[in-house]
Amino acid sequence: MTIEELKPILEALIFVASEPITEEELARILPEVDRADLEAALDALRQEYEADGRGLELRRVAGGYRISTRPEYHDYIRRYLKTRPSARLSMAALETLAVIAYKQPITLPEIQEIRGVNSARAVKTLLEKRLIEPKGRKPVVGRPILYGTSREFLIQFGLNDLSELPRIEDLEELGSGSS
Amino acid sequence: MRADDWLDRLEEIPPGEPEREGEPPHRYTVKLDVFEGPLDLLLHLIKKEQVSIYDIPIARITEQYLEYLRRMQELDLTIAGEYLVMAATLIYIKSKMLLPRDPTQVPEAEDEEDPRRELVQRLLEYQKYKAAAELLWSKAEREQAIFARGRLETDDANPEVNATLFDLLCAFQRAMERLKERRELTIAREEITMAEKIAELRALLEREERVDITALFEAARSRRELVILFLAVLELVRIAVIRLVQTERFGRLLALRARASAEIVT
Repeated sequence: MTIEELKPILEALIFVASEPITEEELARILPEVDRADLEAALDALRQEYEADGRGLELRRVAGGYRISTRPEYHDYIRRYLKTRPSARLSMAALETLAVIAYKQPITLPEIQEIRGVNSARAVKTLLEKRLIEPKGRKPVVGRPILYGTSREFLIQFGLNDLSELPRIEDLEELGSGSS
Repeated sequence: MRADDWLDRLEEIPPGEPEREGEPPHRYTVKLDVFEGPLDLLLHLIKKEQVSIYDIPIARITEQYLEYLRRMQELDLTIAGEYLVMAATLIYIKSKMLLPRDPTQVPEAEDEEDPRRELVQRLLEYQKYKAAAELLWSKAEREQAIFARGRLETDDANPEVNATLFDLLCAFQRAMERLKERRELTIAREEITMAEKIAELRALLEREERVDITALFEAARSRRELVILFLAVLELVRIAVIRLVQTERFGRLLALRARASAEIVT
């Protein structure tokens, strides 16, 4: 199979997947395809999507590929869907999530130490929204639960992996300059 | 104060503008929720006073901090314990700084002696995560504007195929045939009414999310019981207490509680 033939097949598969589909999954579905060809076809497809004049984008999210609408057209889509953006996370939840994302795995007392404020409710909210998940227990007195971010976190925040977040040290300036 | 009066006042407050001293306290009610804790409040005060985080004028900031807590009290807001702990910490640092330095102390230990050091470390640390939270906020904001294709009706996502009356009849038929083969030797006639059967099914559905109707048909001990069971199922479907589904065509029949309609008729 040539790369030109492979591209539309991959496009169709990525379109149909309701979660970001990984290269491994694609390779499993297409065992007859050489892995290098698969990668080349995916790259070519991505480049095509990057071209202007498209309503859709092909992104790498949570270690997989996903086709989604481009953010600039959200007004039109909302007109059609007749929906409003879903409720945002509170600043308390976002702060807690940020601490967990950078310091994972981390326990509730450790989160509270950094934020200087009780964070139990925020952690509960994040667990309910499946943005974080328990990652075992810390072998200290009381064996507190360790929390880490989930795959859902990557999907909801449009990240391919955690390394896409800027280094925490680089965020200092940003913090003192805004809000 | 009338409601729209109050709204007018709300609109007077320019967004993002830090509150000035001497303003009526109701303006603070709007701003109070903004702070995520004592560290956040301290950062705000430091920014407002335009002082360096590395050299906090502790007396001035402490005074402002306490002033803020007083206003919270005036407004009858419950002050979270963390705010009080921080107030105590600030006062402690302030008092330590007022004390004359021990003249016998070796001067090189001076840096380590700054009573503000630990607080500054915490503020710097917290500030980073506050920035990270803002970053996540902007990322989430972008994602809100993105739509991916919804879930398809695959067998995985939706294992239920709606069952038809025909499917119900087929299951009944099959059970009847099987029953014939069994030749039960019951002499005493079993007296079971449809009302009892319906009650039995309802009780079963109370306990279980889904009831395997095919299995019930198969378990029927007599032709009569089977017929009554069949009628009971039909009745429950009619009054919308249950919904029949199959996991595949011609597969086993399952009864599910029909959502929010169980109270319609009894």
